[in-house]
Amino acid sequence: MTEQVQDQKDQAAREAAAKVADYEHGWSADIETEFAPKGLDENTVRFISAKKNEPEWMLEWRLKAYRHWLTMPMPDWAKLNIPPIDYQDAYYYAAPKPKKVLASLDEVDPEILEVYKKLGIPLEEQKVLAGVEGARKVAVDAVFDSVSVATTFREELKKAGVIFLSISEAIREYPDLVKRWLGKVVPMHDNFFAALNCAVFSDGTFVYIPEGVRCPMELSTYFRINAENTGQFERTLIVADKGAYVSYLEGCTAPQRDENQLHAAVVELVALDDAEIKYSTVQNWYPGDAEGKGGIYNFVTKRALCQGARSKVSWTQVETGSAVTWKYPSCVLNGEDSVGEFYSVAVTNNFQQADTGTKMIHNGKGSRSTIVSKGISAGRSQNTYRGLVRVAPQAEGVRNFTQCDSLLLGKDCGAHTVPYIEVRNPSAQIEHEATTSKISDDQLFYAMQRGLGQEEAVALIVNGFAKEVLQQLPMEFAVEAQKLLGISLEGSVG
Amino acid sequence: MLKIDNLHAAVADKPILKGLSLTINAGEIHAIMGPNGAGKSTLGYTLGGRPGYVVTGGSVSFNDADLLALEPHERAAAGLFLGFQYPVEIPGVSFVQFLRESVNAQRKARGEEPLSGGDFLKLAREQAGRLRMDMDMLKRPVNVGFSGGEKKRAEMVQMGILDPCLAILDETDSGLDIDALRICGEGINAIMRKPDKAVLLITHYQRLLDYVKPDFVHVLAGGRIVKSGGPELALQLEEQGYEAVAA
Repeated sequence: MTEQVQDQKDQAAREAAAKVADYEHGWSADIETEFAPKGLDENTVRFISAKKNEPEWMLEWRLKAYRHWLTMPMPDWAKLNIPPIDYQDAYYYAAPKPKKVLASLDEVDPEILEVYKKLGIPLEEQKVLAGVEGARKVAVDAVFDSVSVATTFREELKKAGVIFLSISEAIREYPDLVKRWLGKVVPMHDNFFAALNCAVFSDGTFVYIPEGVRCPMELSTYFRINAENTGQFERTLIVADKGAYVSYLEGCTAPQRDENQLHAAVVELVALDDAEIKYSTVQNWYPGDAEGKGGIYNFVTKRALCQGARSKVSWTQVETGSAVTWKYPSCVLNGEDSVGEFYSVAVTNNFQQADTGTKMIHNGKGSRSTIVSKGISAGRSQNTYRGLVRVAPQAEGVRNFTQCDSLLLGKDCGAHTVPYIEVRNPSAQIEHEATTSKISDDQLFYAMQRGLGQEEAVALIVNGFAKEVLQQLPMEFAVEAQKLLGISLEGSVG
Repeated sequence: MLKIDNLHAAVADKPILKGLSLTINAGEIHAIMGPNGAGKSTLGYTLGGRPGYVVTGGSVSFNDADLLALEPHERAAAGLFLGFQYPVEIPGVSFVQFLRESVNAQRKARGEEPLSGGDFLKLAREQAGRLRMDMDMLKRPVNVGFSGGEKKRAEMVQMGILDPCLAILDETDSGLDIDALRICGEGINAIMRKPDKAVLLITHYQRLLDYVKPDFVHVLAGGRIVKSGGPELALQLEEQGYEAVAA
């Protein structure tokens, strides 16, 4: 390629980036610039840190992670077929793209509106999701019947002593707390994507629940309405001090589109003595089209440290989106009698690929874990459960129960189960059950004979299959998640 | 209500029904009897619209509509109920949820308002009571862990809730003990013996007919109805066997 052509390509790319950021000017080192140029080097990392007004220690931390990342290869052990990713051919920082303001719902893509309708999202909330002008306040009023939900929530949380803010704010306002735990659950050298996240994370959430406090609300509702564009490299840190409890919901059932194909989030949870964290995820990023073009690559590192005695962390995930999912929410069970749980529904359709599961690392005496994984494959998709149960030599009296069920729709998809079990203490009780089944023609005809249309019948059968997991979700999302499963599988039978 | 005219149907390219004709009017109960392999279940599945049961000739009109042009769920909404010989299990889905969605899907297709949760439960309780089935049974997943007899009783409860105008009951009597047979028989009478409804009983044996008196009895053999008559024909079959009567 000649230099001139390369220049032109770069120019085009810059223009595209400027457009994305709604910014007219090209790249300069000026701090006022809204996006970093294509590619990743130390300057990019410095730029991001400066944009976030970060203290020196944070910049040093990022740079260390970046330098380590350079030495790491991208992991290739998952059952995923991913074309090579050119990390220098991507943008690592752009100011959140202002959503195009629409005058009314009439201007929204009818296909998206149809999905909202099927999900049963209230009209006013639809306006917020679609970015209709002036909708935010209306939606807040409509949904919560109050003046300003954000303020009310903040005050209530403050009263309880709960710290809940963006991680950028937390780094500035609570540096000691952040310093103490950031990177302690998922070290920066943990894996390729975690290192990348450490270097360039854009923003995310920080939660601290003080000793003995039960968080007075699900942090979901708040999060949901206020879901800003948190970007492709999200960073979340939740610390539950002794005896604290919090339930946190991430994501949204409404279809999420993003200009950035590469996503690499890191979520760290810390539970001290007698603390409990319930973390629920509904992931519905753009999965690509029916031919497998486009779609998000989602490389997520989620891990919980059950550090305290009798601490408990429960992961629940409903994964329906993304072209590629690489995700293993795990629990390191250090505390005596600590408890880890993983409940997962992963749906793949068309050309989606998911390699997901969990790791339960039993270091504490009497620690227990439960794994329930439900994989649903349709179209030409590939769906893999990959899980590790490890029992350390000193961990007496450990118990684990694992159940992995796969449901196949059609004959061109694949379901795979890859359980790793490493037990170094003979007192452990480990159970693993696995099934693979198909939606039978008998079931479909039976349901249709009672009056259900084909897609309703599929949705009903699939929801029955995933019930054990769905019932772990907070009530308000369980209903939407049920509908989401049906929508994700539309057109997959017959 | 139902007019089957010269119906031909094949399963996996093998012709099973070979020119079957039958007319059922409102208020009538018909029984179809016949030896194994005669095509009895095929008739039920074909009328229900099961994929794989391919109509190769003839016509079926149901309340003046072309039944064969409808999808299975449209046939259900039009008032056709098929009682299964082997009811199917659906793990994780309770009868209550299954039937409420089914009822409301049918109502929606007919342009009616959906039943509220309260109204549905009232209806379900009433119908379950008629079949001496505890409501707790209906909170369990569809047919999972049910005995053969319980499954058949649950089919009748479903029929009561869905309130069809035509019920095609495929060997409802198989797998039933004497008490359950009586309860099911009484259920069929209570739900379906009405001037605006009709029943097609598919059975091997006379015993169900002791409880549900048919107006007409037909003998199905080789994919066609070879003989028709009144209730006495069933008794004659029981005594002399299919070969003697159908010959």
